[in-house]
Amino acid sequence: MPLHEIGNYSISFLQVLDEHGNLDEELEPELSEEQLIRVYRSMVLAREVDQRMLNLQRQGRMGTFAPCTGQEAAVCGPTLAMTPKDWFVCSFRETPGRLMRGETILQTFLYYNGYEEGNLLPPASRTLPVSVPVSTQIPHAVGIAYAMKYRGEKDSAVVAFFGDGGTSQGDFHEALNFASLWRVPVVFICQNNQWAISVPRNKQSHSKTLAQKAIAYDMPGIQVDGNDALAMYKATREALDNAYVGEGPTLIEAITYRLLMHTTSDDPKKYRSEEEVQEWWQRDPIPRLKRYLERKGIWNELIQAEMDDEIKKEIEAAVKELEQKTDFKPDAPFDHVFGTPHQEIEEQRADFLANLAEFGKKGAAHG
Amino acid sequence: MVKMNMVQALNLALEQEMTRDNSVIVLGEDVGVDGGVFRVTDGLYDKFGGERVIDTPLAESTIFGGAIGMAMAGLKPVTEMQFSGFAYFMLAQLEGHASRYRSRTHGLWSVPLVVRMPYGGAVRALEHHSESREATFAHFPGVKVVIPSTPRNARALLAASIRDPDPVVFMEPKRSYRAFREEVPEEEEVLEIGKAQVVQQGSDLTVVAWGAMMRSTLQAVAAIQERRSVSIELIDLLTISPMDGNTIVSSVEKTGRCLVVQEAPKSFGVASEIIAKINDKALLSLEAPVKRVTHYDVVTPYFGRELMFIPDVERISRGIEETLDF
Repeated sequence: MPLHEIGNYSISFLQVLDEHGNLDEELEPELSEEQLIRVYRSMVLAREVDQRMLNLQRQGRMGTFAPCTGQEAAVCGPTLAMTPKDWFVCSFRETPGRLMRGETILQTFLYYNGYEEGNLLPPASRTLPVSVPVSTQIPHAVGIAYAMKYRGEKDSAVVAFFGDGGTSQGDFHEALNFASLWRVPVVFICQNNQWAISVPRNKQSHSKTLAQKAIAYDMPGIQVDGNDALAMYKATREALDNAYVGEGPTLIEAITYRLLMHTTSDDPKKYRSEEEVQEWWQRDPIPRLKRYLERKGIWNELIQAEMDDEIKKEIEAAVKELEQKTDFKPDAPFDHVFGTPHQEIEEQRADFLANLAEFGKKGAAHG
Repeated sequence: MVKMNMVQALNLALEQEMTRDNSVIVLGEDVGVDGGVFRVTDGLYDKFGGERVIDTPLAESTIFGGAIGMAMAGLKPVTEMQFSGFAYFMLAQLEGHASRYRSRTHGLWSVPLVVRMPYGGAVRALEHHSESREATFAHFPGVKVVIPSTPRNARALLAASIRDPDPVVFMEPKRSYRAFREEVPEEEEVLEIGKAQVVQQGSDLTVVAWGAMMRSTLQAVAAIQERRSVSIELIDLLTISPMDGNTIVSSVEKTGRCLVVQEAPKSFGVASEIIAKINDKALLSLEAPVKRVTHYDVVTPYFGRELMFIPDVERISRGIEETLDF
């Protein structure tokens, strides 16, 4: 019997605004002025928060963190497409989206300054805390989606973020397989920022695209210009709309770039060229969207200056609050080991408090 | 002798073992071009090439599971888990296979490999980067667990681990990576796995510690000895499993008192096992209950609070005095 083709697959690439800000009018998503300004402002805010944190970190006033600079569109575009009924499940480089979902700048600062108090968004926010071990959050997204389907929730889905390195983990593949099999409402968004610490994308996977991994699980997969907020919005909007009506999961690969270090503990000069980084600065998502807003006549330098000033004030207020905050309950970890009290924990708490009384309170290690 | 820190000493061990035996290979995330996030593998990629120093995809389970296959086929893989907090991905392979092959096949097969992992707190790190979970690994029969405390013993124990015929979990106290320097001989030095070291001899009290706790313990012991006339015997455990019970028991038979310092949570830990060994073999020598100074049974707090939880010189000193004065 001759060989015959039983499957034929392809992967598409979506871009709405090219790197020079030129618009493909046919692909332009319908967004209100308010939505456009919201996404732009969120991207600028995230960039400024990053810069301020970097500066604080270098002065020993902030812990290690993973900067998001360059990836704002890949997170804010999808988050704009989400409603409060959708779930936001992220790893550790999605601060721009977290801030859109209601996390305060102070909470971000507290988290990266060594306090669980930064994680206190309530469950009703449908925004999970940061997940550090790579890809471990993706199965949670699938479980949440199953619960939504089971409860018959309408017009809501889960958006799960992870990186290019994350696609190598078993959890990624297992989660996609479950999601496809169960046909649950999840949008998987791979922020392919080209580098998993020092390992470049082409040493992470031999696959030509990461989007094509969707094919193995028989779900739609698309590659999107991740520095194009409009394209990221559009792809997520379509994926969410499909998920809302029971069409199951989608995988979106956002092509973006980590313009700064993996975390503040990392020195990227050791493994990548300055030329490559400079090339990607030319594709910076923020000026690209700004040009679009200007061409639409809804933005100008005057409004920009007002916004910059407002953002600066917001950030400085949060820095001040962070540095004035001293009311951390030392024994809080004992409060939250279990949901039920236990004698052993209470005995240890008493010992802890006695030590504290005898030896004094100790802050964080020096930076 | 050259003075070096623990990172440099570990690097020296890897370089010398790779030069000595070309079946030794290094694999893990960022171990190649980047030289490891702590620089433990720095320079090895340039010296030995990408076939022996492999930058892997981000997948701890296959880094370790793949290494099992390599070991069974004659290589000596030294894998790196970037942080011990990410080593749980490989537990199925460790428990399910690496620990069992020798026993499963009555010795026909074995899995000689090393998995290195930085562990421990007090470095202002993000979540999952500060735990001491040595007891977890030590609870798997068939797995050796080694924890050095100084540059010199780190170098000699890593060399021994690479030459060992069994899977070795080599836990590196990252707080001690660059905390101090020590003279390390240029010629090869190998320390026997399964042996504790009596760092200081004494007759009134035995103190047992390991890893980063050794340094705080040494400081506490020195402080006490300055203010009162006591003779303290200090033991550096070095190998968690299989544990050198004899050295501890002989010491306690001599001193009659013992304190154990553990960075890990209080319950179900290595300290509990040490106390059980003393109970088994030296109960009648005891003049005081064996005391533990440990972390608490809480989920490791983020770094804003962590120094209040990790045993420090003050808590260890008080533990020593309470045991002496019982």
